[in-house]
Amino acid sequence: MTTTQENTTAQAVELITVVIDGFEVSVPKGTLVIRAAEKLGIQIPRFCDHPLLDPVGACRQCLVDIEINGRAFPKPQASCTIPVEPNMIVKTQLTSAVAEKAQRGVMELLLVNHPLDCPVCDKGGECPLQNQAMSTGNGETRFEGVKRTFEKPVAISSQVLLDRERCVLCARCTRFSDQIAGDPFITLNERGALQQVGIYENQPFESYFSGNTVQICPVGALTGATYRFRARPFDLVSTPSACEHCASGCDMRTDVRRGKTLRRLAGDDASVNEEWNCDKGRWAFKYVTAVDRLTTPLVRGVDGVLAPASWPEALAAAAVGLKGKRAAVLVGGRATTEDAYGYSKFARIALGTNDIDFRARVTTDEERDFLAAKVVGSTTTYRDIDVADHVVLVGFEPEEESPIVFLRINKQVRKRALKVSAVATKLSIGVEKLKAEFIKVAPGAESSAIAALSLTAKSVILVGERASETIGLLTAVSQLGDKSGAKVAWIPRRAGERGALEAGAIGALLPGGRPVADASARVDIAAVWGVPTLPSNAGRTTSEIISALNSGDLDAVVVGGVDPLDMANSSEVLAGLKKSFVVSLEIASSAVTDVADVVLPVAAVTEKSGSFLNWEGRPRAFDSAVSDSLNRSDLRILSAIADQMGESIMLGTVTQAAREIASLGKWDGARANFATVAATGAKKVSGNEALLTSWRRLLDLGTMQKGEANLAGTSRKAVAVISPKRAETLGVKDGDTLRVSNAHGAISLPALVEDIHDDAVWVPRNSFGTQTLISLNAVHGDVVTVVKA
Amino acid sequence: MSYTPDQLQVMDAIIKRYPRSRSAIMPLLHYVQSLAGYVTNEGIELIAKLLTLETAEVSAVATFYTQYKRKPVGEYHVGVCTNTLCAVMGGDAIFAALKDHLGVENDGVTADGKVSLEHIECNAACDYAPVVMANWEFYDNQDVSSAKELVDSMRKGTPKPPTRGPDSLVTWKEASAVLAGINDGKANEGIQAGEPSLLGLKLSKEGK
Amino acid sequence: MTKLAPVLSAHWDEKDSFTIAAYTRHGGYKASAKALAMDPDAVIQLVKDSGLRGRGGAGFPTGMKWGFIPQGDEKDHYLVVNADESEPGTCKDMPLLMANPHVLIEGCIIACHAIRAKHAFIYIRGEVTHVVRRLNQAIEDAYKAGHLGKGIDVVLHVGAGAYICGEETALLDSLEGFRGQPRLRPPFPAIAGLYARPTVVNNVESIASVPAIIANGAEWYQGMGTEKSKGTTLYSLSGHVTNPGQFEAPLGITLREILELAGGIRAGHKLKFWTPGGSSTPLFTDAHLDVALDYEGVAGAGSMLGTKALQIFDETTCVVRAVLRWTEFYKHESCGKCTPCREGTWWLVQILRDLENGVGTEDDLAKLLDLCDNIMGRSFCALGDGATSPITSSIKYFRDEYIAHLTNGGCPFDPVKSTLFSGANA
Repeated sequence: MTTTQENTTAQAVELITVVIDGFEVSVPKGTLVIRAAEKLGIQIPRFCDHPLLDPVGACRQCLVDIEINGRAFPKPQASCTIPVEPNMIVKTQLTSAVAEKAQRGVMELLLVNHPLDCPVCDKGGECPLQNQAMSTGNGETRFEGVKRTFEKPVAISSQVLLDRERCVLCARCTRFSDQIAGDPFITLNERGALQQVGIYENQPFESYFSGNTVQICPVGALTGATYRFRARPFDLVSTPSACEHCASGCDMRTDVRRGKTLRRLAGDDASVNEEWNCDKGRWAFKYVTAVDRLTTPLVRGVDGVLAPASWPEALAAAAVGLKGKRAAVLVGGRATTEDAYGYSKFARIALGTNDIDFRARVTTDEERDFLAAKVVGSTTTYRDIDVADHVVLVGFEPEEESPIVFLRINKQVRKRALKVSAVATKLSIGVEKLKAEFIKVAPGAESSAIAALSLTAKSVILVGERASETIGLLTAVSQLGDKSGAKVAWIPRRAGERGALEAGAIGALLPGGRPVADASARVDIAAVWGVPTLPSNAGRTTSEIISALNSGDLDAVVVGGVDPLDMANSSEVLAGLKKSFVVSLEIASSAVTDVADVVLPVAAVTEKSGSFLNWEGRPRAFDSAVSDSLNRSDLRILSAIADQMGESIMLGTVTQAAREIASLGKWDGARANFATVAATGAKKVSGNEALLTSWRRLLDLGTMQKGEANLAGTSRKAVAVISPKRAETLGVKDGDTLRVSNAHGAISLPALVEDIHDDAVWVPRNSFGTQTLISLNAVHGDVVTVVKA
Repeated sequence: MSYTPDQLQVMDAIIKRYPRSRSAIMPLLHYVQSLAGYVTNEGIELIAKLLTLETAEVSAVATFYTQYKRKPVGEYHVGVCTNTLCAVMGGDAIFAALKDHLGVENDGVTADGKVSLEHIECNAACDYAPVVMANWEFYDNQDVSSAKELVDSMRKGTPKPPTRGPDSLVTWKEASAVLAGINDGKANEGIQAGEPSLLGLKLSKEGK
Repeated sequence: MTKLAPVLSAHWDEKDSFTIAAYTRHGGYKASAKALAMDPDAVIQLVKDSGLRGRGGAGFPTGMKWGFIPQGDEKDHYLVVNADESEPGTCKDMPLLMANPHVLIEGCIIACHAIRAKHAFIYIRGEVTHVVRRLNQAIEDAYKAGHLGKGIDVVLHVGAGAYICGEETALLDSLEGFRGQPRLRPPFPAIAGLYARPTVVNNVESIASVPAIIANGAEWYQGMGTEKSKGTTLYSLSGHVTNPGQFEAPLGITLREILELAGGIRAGHKLKFWTPGGSSTPLFTDAHLDVALDYEGVAGAGSMLGTKALQIFDETTCVVRAVLRWTEFYKHESCGKCTPCREGTWWLVQILRDLENGVGTEDDLAKLLDLCDNIMGRSFCALGDGATSPITSSIKYFRDEYIAHLTNGGCPFDPVKSTLFSGANA
């Protein structure tokens, strides 16, 4: 579908033919000369030029001779700023002595003030300046004077260091921050030869996207604190990978030196992340090697103590504990599509149940039905955002919860003033940057605001997983989509959720979006799996599984990558697990492994191959980057347990699973019905009561950010946000301490008075100094008490 | 320092001069400079807030222009033109003499805070060379001794009046307010033109 | 002998010349009344017919520039007056604004009417407190008198010390509240200038010339000057002359004629080199005394009319020192955006400083010229080009003097001799 759209666009584009160094090339109107030359394989040297940033023409490295209609420009032109025109003849350094000398001259000038510190510079070996000095520069310098020096390095955030004397003032970093991220925290300062990149002294470069500036810096002026002085590029082994941190689906590259991941970079995928990623994706990878990483299987002995065991011993213990029991599966959103498929098949064949749910969070039947009826198999993409006439955000903060979606919307906002509306309780930094219409509602009152929207078939509604916290909201979204023809996309927070949905890791669906309730769907799958029948009962949801564990209606549970602390009722979860036989597949010790009977260590993303489906449903495949790792995917372990149980699922390898998934195809039968749910509206509050609203910030206490102090240093400060009206009533100003409490507990945070619904208080969900779910056991729309502490 | 409601009102009026608020950044910088004597962090932060900009965007602008000072200057800021023509005709000698006389280097301030010294570029008064500026008022046709007398008068608190300017020299802060576009009522003071400006006209009237 | 023709400066000798009373006394604001009654296109045509060309340096026909503004496009249009006079040697606009600010305001009214703009901005350099006062007061008075505020508004915007803001696109960025760095062209200001709207950027003297043209007609203006350079203009004579000052004369007058009016080079000395239009225009010598000072004449002799800033240096002046100082100026004023200008001026200064001190070899002159070749026409805007002009032209005419520094082991000149107070006070 994406391909068709792109083809349609391509047909409409006017082509212009130009001659470059004697060769003809036809390119779309508007193409810059430097890009047209690339199509011919002619590399014009450049620094400031970047295909995703506005042309600036600052470095002057790409000068070429140009004539149009037989009239030559009197002086060489910057090929990065000039679009092709009919009858244009371009002579690059290859055919024009003037262009060649101009480029050589500019290179000499760039090196006048550049230090000769390549041997100690991180960029050495992968440095555009170094490379192009070799291709375009002189062997020896004619400069005998004094070079410019600065104090070095300057930490412009806890994560990014700046060595100004290396900088060639190409302004890629400052343009990225302004144009792409919308965070102009770094700017060019001073003037002339003293011009330099910098921050304002009281405001560090704390942008969620700051790492991209390190990657696009064409010299070693910007370096990441974590990678600085760690390796030479030629000592690294690079593997294409995909990001496991959220559902944006970034293409990535993982660089490993002697079996250890040293850095990750944004990969290049024009249809998804373009060339960008967020700082979490770039800099949160040490969790893999964090101290509490599990290395051997553990089995709880008769003494009740969890002790190391051999793999055969542990697999046998798991099989014995599960065989013939009333067992369920809880699989978290970090599983790959193949692993999720393994859990799905394991539940149906080995455990004979549909009691499986990948939603390790607040879940409702409304959401399950919405996913089955509206999301599984859906095809809304980034491209739809590119051409949308209106984007509506519901229960979704793109900058915090799916940063590349944020960048994509921002691109269109900047390019063509795309209309964005956010139905939310609090105005966020990200929504403000998108210049969005902020439709302010009390928590719980979203549905009527949604119903009031007027959209078209070109509109896109992006709904986040938090929408499930408001009864009737997904119904309202679905009805708005049906009424207007607008595309609806569900953007979960985790990388594996969409894949798990498609793999049938949810009670109502079998792989490929096949409704469990549909007999022919069950026959389809049973045939492929080579089993006579599949369970037909409606599977339990996550919360129902927890209740059943507590009530004794279930005996056992297989848990993969679930953090009970992600759930509002974490104490109930832990209680249920304690009462049951628990097989835990985990990469590191957790609250679940602590109570498990069998713990099986699994591989992290960089250690295995597989794929995720991003929010679009687009496969994001990756290979194992660390060769000497455990490389034990969940899939392989589940397969081994099933074998032990005598109920083989025959999924020994990821490739096998991928092939089987592909062979299943998508369900072409009737979709599950979406039973609408009436909205209940916002709860009433009085006095010091407020309705809680909350989301997770991009950088917080998430388990996959463990061990990243530099990254954590750039996270947003935890605050409690109230409206000016409430602040006045409470006599509170910015920075005073607010106490937010309910019967379950309390949290205290510095106050911030901002644009938020008067009835509400906002706190971050899992940030430094506040773990709302644990402390308050409350979610969006719940009543809490807010007082000045 | 914090800003008074009156001052905030002035800033609001400055912003309203322009179709787009960001254009007010330069007059606002002149204005905060007129209050503190230089562009303080408080000033940068306030301007960012008033114009809904990031502070980095404001400091990027403030550091580009040489008239915005990021540290205090003297009550009387003296600029000696040392661009080629003035330098050759005596500007270099004047600047050297003033450094020595005041005991400060370029961009230095006297210990009493009265006078600061800077060598400046061409100030569009070449027919009056050598030119010295004080708080950006013209002191035409200077020489070493007249320049020394000028700074001495400043240190005594009775600065000599500009050649082409108001009847008496205003302070650095007061001048900065004028540059912020605030009318100090002194426009009608001083001469309309000096002799060199009138030379061609005079000769023309003589039939030349 | 060309006769002086004061038009802009005609009433500067009246003590209250800067007041609205004095301006009205001499027929001020009658031209704008006349123009406002005309069809805007007719005003543009009249200015085109007059032959007025931009007085900021480039000499682009003013009427044609106005004609580039798209009409009937329903967009806001803007007039921006460039009063950022900072080119070394240039000192015409500041005395003009100090003595007669109203003529600029009246010019703004006429130009706004012609290009269908409701808003004019005057961007004045910041280092001229009293000129700012005069202009600000004049704007206030023009509002009070009802000349402004009835469909046309004028806003005074004060710069803060950046030569580059005299470059029109840098000026626009500065006026929009950014760092004053030049913009990519296209789009040109006539299509997307201030706030990305059609904008005319004109020099003070150009706009100030308009009221007289409207009042006296195109033919009157055409009657002055030379074939392609019409009208009168301010020539600013400075340096080693007996009487420096402003000379408003028809275009095409020669330096020999102006020097004669000014009483010649200062007593006992002779002309060595001069700039025809500021430091960015290649130097001339006594061989160029009879070059017609119009756009074509000066260009034909290898330089540019520029701002008609005639800086005169006599034989006591060391050309290497003069050029070094200008180069230091360009280094100080380079905006930093592009490599050739930013890094090139940094390097040029170091080489010239060595040469002035007698350090180096003749090869350094070749290196200097090659470096200029790598900057000229390679930089983003004309500032980089301008930085090379004094160097290349001085080596062309005074190569021996550079060599003399090397053979002498230092500067052979006594700087005291070229001061105005020659030793008496030094």
